[in-house]
Amino acid sequence: MATVVATNETLLVVGGGISGMTAALEAAETGKDVVLVEKGPALGGRVSRLYKYFPKLCHPTCGLEINLRRLKASKRIRVLTLAEVRKVSGAPGNYAVTVSVAPRYVNENCTACGACGDAVSTEIPNPFNYGLNNMKAAYLPFSMAYPQRYVIDPSIIATGEAEKAKAACQYNAIDLDMKEEVLTFNAGAIIWATGWKPYDAAKIQPYGYDRFANVITSVEFERLADPRGPTGGRVIRPSDGKEAKNVAFIQCAGSRDRNHLTHCSRICCMASLKQTTYVRERCGDDAKSTIYYIDIRAIDRFEDFYQKVQADPTVRFVKSKVASITEDQKTGDVILHGVDTEGYHRYDARHDLCVLAIGMEPSVDVRAIADVSVDVSGFIEASIPDGGMFGAGCASNALDVNRSVQSATASAMRAIQVINRVARAEG
Amino acid sequence: MTELNHKMVEQYRNDFLKEVEANVEEGDWVKMCMQCGVCSGSCPFGPDWEHPPQEIFMMIRAGKRDEVLRSESMWMCTSCYNCIVRCPRELPITHIMHGLANYAHRLGIAPKMNPTRRFAKIFWDNIAKNGRVNELDLSVKLYFMDGFKKGVKRAIEMSTVGLGMLKTGRLNPFGLVAHRGCKDKKGIQKMLKKARELEDRRRGLATRGA
Ligand SMILES: Cc1cc2nc3c(=O)[nH]c(=O)nc-3n(C[C@H](O)[C@H](O)[C@H](O)COP(=O)(O)OP(=O)(O)OC[C@H]3O[C@@H](n4cnc5c(N)ncnc54)[C@H](O)[C@@H]3O)c2cc1C
Ligand code: SF4
Ligand code: SF4
Repeated sequence: MATVVATNETLLVVGGGISGMTAALEAAETGKDVVLVEKGPALGGRVSRLYKYFPKLCHPTCGLEINLRRLKASKRIRVLTLAEVRKVSGAPGNYAVTVSVAPRYVNENCTACGACGDAVSTEIPNPFNYGLNNMKAAYLPFSMAYPQRYVIDPSIIATGEAEKAKAACQYNAIDLDMKEEVLTFNAGAIIWATGWKPYDAAKIQPYGYDRFANVITSVEFERLADPRGPTGGRVIRPSDGKEAKNVAFIQCAGSRDRNHLTHCSRICCMASLKQTTYVRERCGDDAKSTIYYIDIRAIDRFEDFYQKVQADPTVRFVKSKVASITEDQKTGDVILHGVDTEGYHRYDARHDLCVLAIGMEPSVDVRAIADVSVDVSGFIEASIPDGGMFGAGCASNALDVNRSVQSATASAMRAIQVINRVARAEG
Repeated sequence: MTELNHKMVEQYRNDFLKEVEANVEEGDWVKMCMQCGVCSGSCPFGPDWEHPPQEIFMMIRAGKRDEVLRSESMWMCTSCYNCIVRCPRELPITHIMHGLANYAHRLGIAPKMNPTRRFAKIFWDNIAKNGRVNELDLSVKLYFMDGFKKGVKRAIEMSTVGLGMLKTGRLNPFGLVAHRGCKDKKGIQKMLKKARELEDRRRGLATRGA
């Protein structure tokens, strides 16, 4: 049974993505006790699934590694994974928190040797790769997962498969009797860093994401380009496995649209500009990227990156929101239809693959759990009237990593002040 | 140029956007267009338009009054509503197209021979006269609007449709001589006249004899 020692001077951080990790570390390194609650089986959030970061094109694993090192060095952070905050009540300086922890069926004896994974044969869709491939039902979430511990998927519990996994483990790390646990503890302040999720692309009916194999989303494209991803880094078409050389990017897919998300998701222009470099990296001068856009929003210092991509002769920009997509059933090619704004030319453009620069929306509606206020798009307001709860990172707005980290640090500062007030009062 | 057209040119000078906002149905939406192009790309008749909706909205803002109002473009709209359902800004594009067409017609500067305009006029006169469409009268007027020879040809082409309508009771074969119209035709005509007066007053379109 897990227990959490927490007091009214403890900071609760909900969400273990880059923002939640940052907020937890900043607070812990100033001497505060922190409970970090993550819904998934490992920390890292969405950035661990990116191939490279704009604008420097470095690998996200690098930043993750630094944060994990800081985390391991900190005695003040208690990390709960597979844990979800269910209910928060109370007031600043005195919150009562209910968290449910799902069973992992693997305890801390695990050395991540992988014997259980080898032993089972059942496969399930791999959520880390947005379901682009399957994985064993006894799995390590991803290579850099923290904690480095396997997970047994609930779908094989009470089957012979789970018994096989248990038998294969030499370290007595598999415990098939684990049950869901409900924990309750106190907290003085709360940071919501629950992040974002991609908008449901199938809802953009004219683009046929649910009908055409070669229409994919930008988050899936990150996985295709990643050497540790489902294709080993080969950018290939889902329909026939052919290399995609002529790639279309559709901006504002689901964003800035009163039929979908009304806000600008802010990062998707930069994400597509970045992804053209993935195409070039693989196909050299044979690469062909076309960005269909309303206007490119590369804010402040990102303008340099935009100009660099503009200078690449393999990248073409078409100022137009694509009206619809059809599929050439013989070849699997996608054909984009629309009219451009510069000259009002009608086009029916054929591409190997189409990437929807999908919009970001809040991953959960925190209002169902706690008394927070949100803006029209559902993002948590920066200053919640309550005064002891704060939004951080993409839970509070559509932000890139740099701005997420800034926002997380700002929230940590505010939360620390609340806790200091409590400490003084309790003296 | 008609008197009403003169009046409007005088009143709005070079601010065509303002003129559209005040006088065209749903015209105050025009400024909301962000020029994304989805409407133009979504129109099934798009390739046949001289200026697709997105371009028309830009032309309005650019003050191209004559080019817009004398254009055949908005008369191409078939009310399929493809553009409306896709516009990210929810502009009622279809209604604006009809609003522009109607406004140009009221000003008397719409293209005289535009077939949609002519059909609309025949249809309106037909229904306004009797309070109910006289199918036979409408078809005859429509088929023969370009002269006798073309009319006969069209009538022959459409004869199977006509026979079908006859059989199902949708066409009164004696319509030309014995169309009854609705009850209280006078009442309907009075109502339509009043509605027009109210609308003209609201939109500031009322002029002597317009
Ligand atoms: C295609 C694409 C490419 C991108 N590329 C870049 C780039 O190159 N450079 C860049 O700077 N930015 C990029 N971004 C933006 C970047 O992904 C975000 O800035 C970043 O993920 C924000 O991190 P976060 O911690 O706020 O949210 P997340 O990464 O979403 O993390 C939130 C965490 O909270 C957890 N959680 C959610 N709900 C609960 C709950 N109820 N209880 C407990 N835990 C919960 C989630 O499991 C997750 O681990 C890209 C975005 C997209 C869509
Ligand atoms: S960042 Fe670019 S692609 Fe994304 S919603 Fe904003 S304008 Fe559209
Ligand atoms: S779809 Fe809407 S916003 Fe886009 S060009 Fe047409 S009217 Fe303007």
